[in-house]
Amino acid sequence: MSAKLLVDASYFVVAVLFILGLKAMASPVTARKGIVWAGIGMVVATLVTFATPGMQNFGLIIAAIALGGAVAWWSGKVVKMTDMPQMVAIYNGMGGGAAAAIAALEFARGEVHGVVFTALATLGALIGAVSFSGSCVAFAKLQGLMTKAWRLPAQNAVNIVLGLATVLVGVGIVVSGDPTTTQIIAFFILSLVLGVIITLPIGGADMPVVISLFNAFTGLAVGFEGYVLGIPALIIAGIVVGAAGTLLTQLMARAMNRPITNILFSPITGEAQAGSGPTGTMKECSAMDAASMMRYAQKVIIVPGYGMAVAGAQHKVYEMTKLLEEAGVEVSFAIHPVAGRMPGHMNVLLAEAGVPYEQIFDLEEINEEFGQADVALVIGANDVVNPVARTDKTSPIYGMPILNADKAQNVIVIKRGKGAGYSGIENALFFEDNCRLCYGSAQGVVGEMIGHVKALS
Amino acid sequence: MEALYIFMLAAFTGYEVIARVPVILHTPLMSGSNFVHGVVLVGAMVVLGHADPEDPLQLTIGFIAVVLGAANAAGGYVVTERMLAMFTKKN
Repeated sequence: MSAKLLVDASYFVVAVLFILGLKAMASPVTARKGIVWAGIGMVVATLVTFATPGMQNFGLIIAAIALGGAVAWWSGKVVKMTDMPQMVAIYNGMGGGAAAAIAALEFARGEVHGVVFTALATLGALIGAVSFSGSCVAFAKLQGLMTKAWRLPAQNAVNIVLGLATVLVGVGIVVSGDPTTTQIIAFFILSLVLGVIITLPIGGADMPVVISLFNAFTGLAVGFEGYVLGIPALIIAGIVVGAAGTLLTQLMARAMNRPITNILFSPITGEAQAGSGPTGTMKECSAMDAASMMRYAQKVIIVPGYGMAVAGAQHKVYEMTKLLEEAGVEVSFAIHPVAGRMPGHMNVLLAEAGVPYEQIFDLEEINEEFGQADVALVIGANDVVNPVARTDKTSPIYGMPILNADKAQNVIVIKRGKGAGYSGIENALFFEDNCRLCYGSAQGVVGEMIGHVKALS
Repeated sequence: MEALYIFMLAAFTGYEVIARVPVILHTPLMSGSNFVHGVVLVGAMVVLGHADPEDPLQLTIGFIAVVLGAANAAGGYVVTERMLAMFTKKN
């Protein structure tokens, strides 16, 4: 069997493994198997690539794999569960960067010929570079390296001009057939800047959608470069991810009732609400009062949010849940589709703490039940329980489905400080008569509550 | 032309795979698909493998491509595996 045939046959098996793996990951029962299959596929693909005819520079290839693989493996192992979203973002960005670098090298070698090949290489480079720089910005924001959402004056005009300029240079490359170095460099710089500019103003609950969008982008970029290189495994894996990622992005955007175009071009900013904020006073309450309220309640619904993730309080929260249940209280968890920084982020954290599936409910499943709840305990969630989304047409989050925590008899909010939420919008819930605020980190406050619940039983 | 069919079928496959997924798996699945496009590593290896050994620019770009691709694959795997491990614990 010739080496070429062996390589091609292996790539075919790899493509099948990827698709089966993804399919298995779509169900909780088989999910673990899925990633292992896909992992085997990746190892086979990497090994067999060494047998590709005409390959050289093996030392460099092995060194590069060892470097990139080891650093990423290690950082993925040590990262805390709560920091997962930004890790997904940065690894995804690296994939996009790799696709862009592939295109750059193909251009440098002068190996891209014909309109179709040049067009796909260019398009893949554009998408990959945008995904790379955009994901780096997303990482910096989620990691807390960049706290403010930057918004240029005339942001949309800048986006459009920059986008058009990039496309024009790209078209120039395709039309010329034999692009100059200047053209190529200009094109890559424009693409990278475009990714940064698009991502800078995006914040709050929109972040997960953008990460998912860049994930789909990288998939497409990989697919296009796969076509240029003539490797079907790359085309299949890339386009499958591109399509799956696009659908996932749509599902998330729909959950927030915000079309993708709004997320990209009219980001949520607090300024829109200036002067029309809710009025009234916020009422504080101690962890002890809150604990006794819950201890003697029939039904408690917990609404976790990013604050719980930041504080790493999920274990404490579950400990308290178990204590309350022993005391005869019915406790359930209400998860907003975009609570945290990724869809399903809260589910992952609660699963880590050991909360059973049956206690965790989606927005549609539980929203009617807040009316019967004695206490809604909001832990570090803000925008997803803000009733202005239902009532105030001028609010930037108007129309977003929210958890009706305000419908509960009593609402207790655990909150780090008096400031507004990540989106910068004042939360009308905090000013309601039935709402009390417990200030402090989720970890500390829930810890205190546990002590008081114990004392009461 | 052949590639067009591959594009179409692959896109359809991706759509079908995701179509009915419970919300709790959205994050792991995003992470899993992030891992799958780490196969870009293969493309990066091929281009670096065909780069001119005398040309430092080509070697540098190729080296960066492989480092980034390997990071995408390795990081994507570890993170996805860790997340999914938590879901299967109780089943």
